[in-house]
Amino acid sequence: MKKILIAAVFASFAISTVYADTVRMGTEGAYMPYNGIDDNGQFIGFEIDLGNELCKRANLDCAWVKNDWDSIIPNLKGGNYDTIIAGMSITEERMKEIDFTRPYTMPDPSTYVTLSGASVNLKSGVIAAQTGTIQASYIVDSGATLVEFATPDETIAAVRNGEADAVLADDAFLKPFVEESGGELSFAGDSVFIGGGVGMGIRKSDSSLKDKFNSAINSMCDDGSLNSLITEWEISETFPDCK
Amino acid sequence: MSSCWATLQDYGLRSIGIGERILPKTDITICEQVVLIGSGLIWNIYFGIIAVFFGFWFSIILAVGKNHKLALLRIPSESIIFVFRGSPLFIQFFFAYEFFVLLPKVGIEFDLGFITLSAETRWLTRAWLGGLIVLFFNTAAYSAEIFYGAIRSVPSGELEAAEAYGITGWSKFWRIIWPSMLRLAWPSYTNEAIFLFHATSLIFFSGFPAWRQSGDALYYANYFSDKTFNPFLPYPIVAMYFILLTLVIIFIFGVANKYLNRHLDVEQRAKIQISINILR
Amino acid sequence: MFNVCADPSTLTEFFWVICYLTTAKHFAFYVSFLVVLVLLAIAAPLSLLFGFVATIGTRSSNWIIQIFSKCYINMVRGIPDVVFFLFVPLALDQFFEFIRHKIICFDVVEPIWQGTDFVVCKSAKLPLSTAELWVHQLYAFTLALIAFAIVFGAFAGNVLSGAMRAVPKTQTETGAAFGFTQKQIFWRILVPQMWIYAIPGLSNLWMILIKATPLLFLLGVEDIVYWARELGGSKTSMYAYPHPDWRVYYFAGLLVFYLLMTWASSKVLKRLQIKLSKGQATMAGKELQGY
Repeated sequence: MKKILIAAVFASFAISTVYADTVRMGTEGAYMPYNGIDDNGQFIGFEIDLGNELCKRANLDCAWVKNDWDSIIPNLKGGNYDTIIAGMSITEERMKEIDFTRPYTMPDPSTYVTLSGASVNLKSGVIAAQTGTIQASYIVDSGATLVEFATPDETIAAVRNGEADAVLADDAFLKPFVEESGGELSFAGDSVFIGGGVGMGIRKSDSSLKDKFNSAINSMCDDGSLNSLITEWEISETFPDCK
Repeated sequence: MSSCWATLQDYGLRSIGIGERILPKTDITICEQVVLIGSGLIWNIYFGIIAVFFGFWFSIILAVGKNHKLALLRIPSESIIFVFRGSPLFIQFFFAYEFFVLLPKVGIEFDLGFITLSAETRWLTRAWLGGLIVLFFNTAAYSAEIFYGAIRSVPSGELEAAEAYGITGWSKFWRIIWPSMLRLAWPSYTNEAIFLFHATSLIFFSGFPAWRQSGDALYYANYFSDKTFNPFLPYPIVAMYFILLTLVIIFIFGVANKYLNRHLDVEQRAKIQISINILR
Repeated sequence: MFNVCADPSTLTEFFWVICYLTTAKHFAFYVSFLVVLVLLAIAAPLSLLFGFVATIGTRSSNWIIQIFSKCYINMVRGIPDVVFFLFVPLALDQFFEFIRHKIICFDVVEPIWQGTDFVVCKSAKLPLSTAELWVHQLYAFTLALIAFAIVFGAFAGNVLSGAMRAVPKTQTETGAAFGFTQKQIFWRILVPQMWIYAIPGLSNLWMILIKATPLLFLLGVEDIVYWARELGGSKTSMYAYPHPDWRVYYFAGLLVFYLLMTWASSKVLKRLQIKLSKGQATMAGKELQGY
């Protein structure tokens, strides 16, 4: 009797998990236009639109999860969500720990922003960046003095109040700040290409999910919807080999 | 083993800017983690020692101020104690940084007669000075409350006896209140010192940005957790270091406690140890 | 919220502020104050329970339990709470899932650790991936609660064992003289009498607990600090209510909240202390009033 009961309990577990295959999508929610939270507390941004469309094409039931940038990869590996879709550039370093889908943006240029009219030596000055970003390691390698802040907001504030000479971040993130600063901020120097485009991070042990998303991204590439999303959110260049 | 020795030479003093400039990025070894996190501990010790030392003297002033009849002295002391004890350190760091960055960035020269010191307001936005100032006020406020409590509980008989001998004013404070106050407050003050050393790990974490990747133990632990994506090694290493640091503090303060209680017999000493059980 | 707020860019300044402060995001901010209060309300008694159990453990005749309890109580004195919070909830989560995996998915042959990936079967996940958002949030909150209770339980254990030692020997000896067993002495004399000695320490602990709550955001709970950062950060015109960096104002709100909390607590605790000391016309009772 007891055995049957236990079996029944497990069976009910099994049934409840067979049809509902929710994929949890981890994002930061603080990096517009990639991902953000609007005034109604809803997720918005390029990656939210993209992710929802990908899930639809891959026939997956998706749920969005917010996670701090700092612990976004450990929580993926610990299974708190199944993908990272948070403006994460594909790098060698990260590839050692997690897998990536094919990139869904072209390599996004990173740009320096300074106070307008300031003459800054980008190779030896004081450059601000968010802790743990590819830009932070780039600044160290470039020989400049790195100042690290926990949030992207603080990096821009640091340039405004004179703590740092310049900030280095993704072009798409900085552009609205420069445009709306009323001439206070401006781009400086050449853009640099650091990462290999932005992709979705997926556990190495989860290759079937990676395949599903890869084919969904490919299908969006083929019918032109990927490029139109990129244009709509002013992310980066469009893919020349997509429609 | 020999490679770990090389790591120690390269990164042992990295947190204060000496040694390899580039931090390890790939194939990070346990040795590198232990060495760099240990290197970061230099900052925790620096913040802790300086803040406790200067905070101690300021806290005495605050405690005496809070105990003073004159409102002009009492109210400022009470306010400082209230604000710094009543709000989280996390928020204090935030406000301190936001305030310091607003200051105009100038150089100031102090002419001390025999030597001229130059300082820059820019330093205030750096952890080594700005963060230190917050910790200084913080520990001073907490310790002041402890010392205030101790002043209030100096046995009235001792004070009456002193007055009978004609000991008053400053002399009464230094010779009668001061030794008893220290003795009574010491166990709680030990706790406060331990907590302050723990609090030093919040400086780079929440308040002040790290420059040139020079930070405290938690900063490097964070860095490794970020590079290796494994939080289960670096954070326990930090924890280990702090346990060691705490044992050292307990030892040093224990020696001081023995000295303060040297005139009492053993039984009374033990009683003091446990009768005051005030944490922070 | 209000119909007036449909298009914020056309509003006058007054209505703009009203509409801005009543967005759904702001309500989440206001609710997060409640979250902090609820956490405090549950974490305090839970910590006390942990501390009490640990104190009993230190007096156990079983040396394994005794050493474990002593290590636990003294451990947190050595480790900063931030460090603890950075890895313990994640470890707890994996520990729970590991246990569930072993029980529910005993037939799964694949290893749980695949490389550095932690993979448990779908039905062992906590909460299940199909669960509603609020279940996930509740789970994160519970983990945070446990983490807080572990840290502050150790502090409470520290205070309580000190308080037990402070109960005058004469009282327990009197009990023994009346033929009480060790158990009876513990439960009927030591436990009721220790509270008066524990109150100053516990009051202090409550204050520390209040001031540790800004670290909640580290534990994956969307607390007041999280929302103050999120709402205060500068917003470009991609948002309906663009504004520059307003974090200072939001943090000022938090500062007031905390000062009020600690101020009110200290008033209440002082009264409690005076009330409890009254019954105890002992030396200790008088001693306590100084603190």
